[in-house]
Amino acid sequence: MDLEYSSEYEDFRNELRNFLEENKHLSPGAIARPPTNREGSEDGPNPAQRWQQLLIEHGYAARTIPKEYGGCGEAPDPLKTHIIAEEFAKARVRPGHSGDNRLVPTVLELGTEEQKRWLVPPSIRGEMSWCQGYSEPGSGSDLASLSTRAEVDGDDFVINGQKIWTSGAQHADMMFCLVRTEPDAPKHQGISYLVFSMDTPGIEVRPLVTMTGDATFNEVFFTDARVPKNQIIGKRGEGWFVANNTLKHEREGLGDPHQAENRFREIEELMRNETVDGDPIMDNPTHRDRLLQLQGRMLAMKYNGMRVLTSQRKHEEPGLPRWIIKLQGCELNHQMAAMAIDALGELGTLYHRSDHMRAGGMWQQRFMMDLGLIIGGGTAQIQKNMIGERALGLPKEPKVEVKPT
Amino acid sequence: MDFALSEEQQFLQQTVNELLQDQCSLDIVRQDAAENETKNQALYGSLTELGIPGTLISEDYGGVGLRLLDAALIAESLGGSVATVPYIGSSVLAPLAIQLAGSDEQKDSWLPKLASGEITCGVALGEHIGARDNTPITSEGSKVSGRAMFALDVQDADVFLVATVDDELHLVEANDAELNRLFTIDKTRSVGELTFDHAPSDSLESSIDSTSTLAKVVDAGRVVVAADTLGAAQSMLAKAVDYAGERQQFNRVIGSFQAVKHMCAEMAAELEPCRSLVWYAAHAYDAIPEDARITACHAKAHLAEVGRFVARKSTEVHGGMGFTDLLGLHYWFKRIELNRQLLGTPEFVRNEAAKVQGWI
Repeated sequence: MDLEYSSEYEDFRNELRNFLEENKHLSPGAIARPPTNREGSEDGPNPAQRWQQLLIEHGYAARTIPKEYGGCGEAPDPLKTHIIAEEFAKARVRPGHSGDNRLVPTVLELGTEEQKRWLVPPSIRGEMSWCQGYSEPGSGSDLASLSTRAEVDGDDFVINGQKIWTSGAQHADMMFCLVRTEPDAPKHQGISYLVFSMDTPGIEVRPLVTMTGDATFNEVFFTDARVPKNQIIGKRGEGWFVANNTLKHEREGLGDPHQAENRFREIEELMRNETVDGDPIMDNPTHRDRLLQLQGRMLAMKYNGMRVLTSQRKHEEPGLPRWIIKLQGCELNHQMAAMAIDALGELGTLYHRSDHMRAGGMWQQRFMMDLGLIIGGGTAQIQKNMIGERALGLPKEPKVEVKPT
Repeated sequence: MDFALSEEQQFLQQTVNELLQDQCSLDIVRQDAAENETKNQALYGSLTELGIPGTLISEDYGGVGLRLLDAALIAESLGGSVATVPYIGSSVLAPLAIQLAGSDEQKDSWLPKLASGEITCGVALGEHIGARDNTPITSEGSKVSGRAMFALDVQDADVFLVATVDDELHLVEANDAELNRLFTIDKTRSVGELTFDHAPSDSLESSIDSTSTLAKVVDAGRVVVAADTLGAAQSMLAKAVDYAGERQQFNRVIGSFQAVKHMCAEMAAELEPCRSLVWYAAHAYDAIPEDARITACHAKAHLAEVGRFVARKSTEVHGGMGFTDLLGLHYWFKRIELNRQLLGTPEFVRNEAAKVQGWI
């Protein structure tokens, strides 16, 4: 047990701090998603793309992506990744990205040389943005039952069907998508993983308004959309394996303990500043005890994150400490948002740009979004199945033979 | 940056676990419980041979000179086996208090005997934690009077460490105090009521000038109680998973039903981060002073909450059998319940965490 950082990492941290101090005026304002070439100007890169380029040059974005694909080509170092995340968060500066943390690692691992050169460099420059075409109306938790078809016709796959819960489809340049190419094969073996432009004729995007009032998700409809056969990642029928690779990368991003700690600090500040009858909410022992209970949970998750980080540095499989992060982290974030709303009382219900609204209605927005995240990215119940089966070794539910009627 | 146990620490815990497997079976616990025996001589003797009572005592006084994280790992093992031996009072609170606040002479006279297991020390800190049903403990010259409740590790203790209303710490020889054992739900550890009537005492010098000694000793105690709960809850989870993987109903093992599987997953998801919280709090006690008190409070409170949750769910996974004496699951359940109340209830210690952060 040694929580000090060696001088190599202290130096790295100091350089990063200096870099942020000198350059943060160049960082674009908080934008929720990577910029796309659709909005990029003809005259060259937009500010977000220039910021990303600067970060790549200094090794603070796309660190481990090989140089030949436009990255920094550094060896993976979870501790440096952690320091970068920590310092950008502290400085409240928008961090860089690695193109798309689901698609890019998948292409680098399983794509052909040609695909890597085509997809990775523009993605990490922020010139090619992505959406994920996985879930369907009839295939949510049972994703492998998906039925969007892709039939071969000449040199193309011809896609027909529908995707749902497609975040950012209205802005994305490209989609990575699971389609059924071998309808007669067992369900896990009949799927392929395709990538294609969202401008492909036959694709229609319809916004899906959620309970937050925003349309962050979409439905995407395919009618005879033609995609060249060489735009498949991996082999035909092996898409499930390729997709699991992506899902692994997605799960790791949800339930991040840094986020919980930042939220906790925000609520602490809120409870000191907001008053009832002139007294700070913090003076109310019942509210205070709730905040303390959340602090205890938050600290446990923070130190759990340090344990996972240590395992990753030693190239050890973290096991249970990692399996639980999505389930516990999303739940904790949701409870924190609930706590903040309750501390605000009636003020906490103000929304829709109302007068007296606090923090732009952020806590209600988060409270609802977090519920979405508890459901999305593998529902809490699916997470519990995985913890029960993969981490604790309990048996799977017996398969039930369903006879067609 | 290395947030993990060292090889030595893993070896220490494995050694203690193996010893406990051998000498602290459920049958032994049961027999001790039937006889109100909370200092199993054979087991205590073996632990002494390993140097366990001297874990936190400096090598200068015949101890092993380890840190609180090592003591927490031992407590986790003892909790995991519901071990019927003194530890938290006699091997954690007392040695730390004497080392922090004792004179050289006091250290010379008490620490080597505690380290060697020759004597054990009961510890009564109720006056500092929150007094209940007692008559205030006061000191006058080198005599103490009053009544202290819920002293720990009292059975066969040779000496008692007692806190006064003024947060002074005094040592009183067992012969000079009146002990009335109290019987809690947890039969694996001894607590008692101590009455002093102008009992000759040896006051720990620097505790008289400073209340910080006592507070620091309590921090350590809270982390170690949390570690004991961690071990006990981990055992209850393991027993639930084993049972769910064996017990059959409707021609299936019950662990294949999601209702049961999800209870196990929830226990694991709640409990696993607790391990990191206990490690951090224990490490902070020795190495990160600014985090020590707040994480000690949170470890104590959070483990109390998660411990109770796991104890209840594990019993439920065992169905009717979990409720019986036959499986003996209740020894772990009751140990967790006693730990919850010791050295400050969750509500009490969270309130202290609020004070540390300047919220009140």
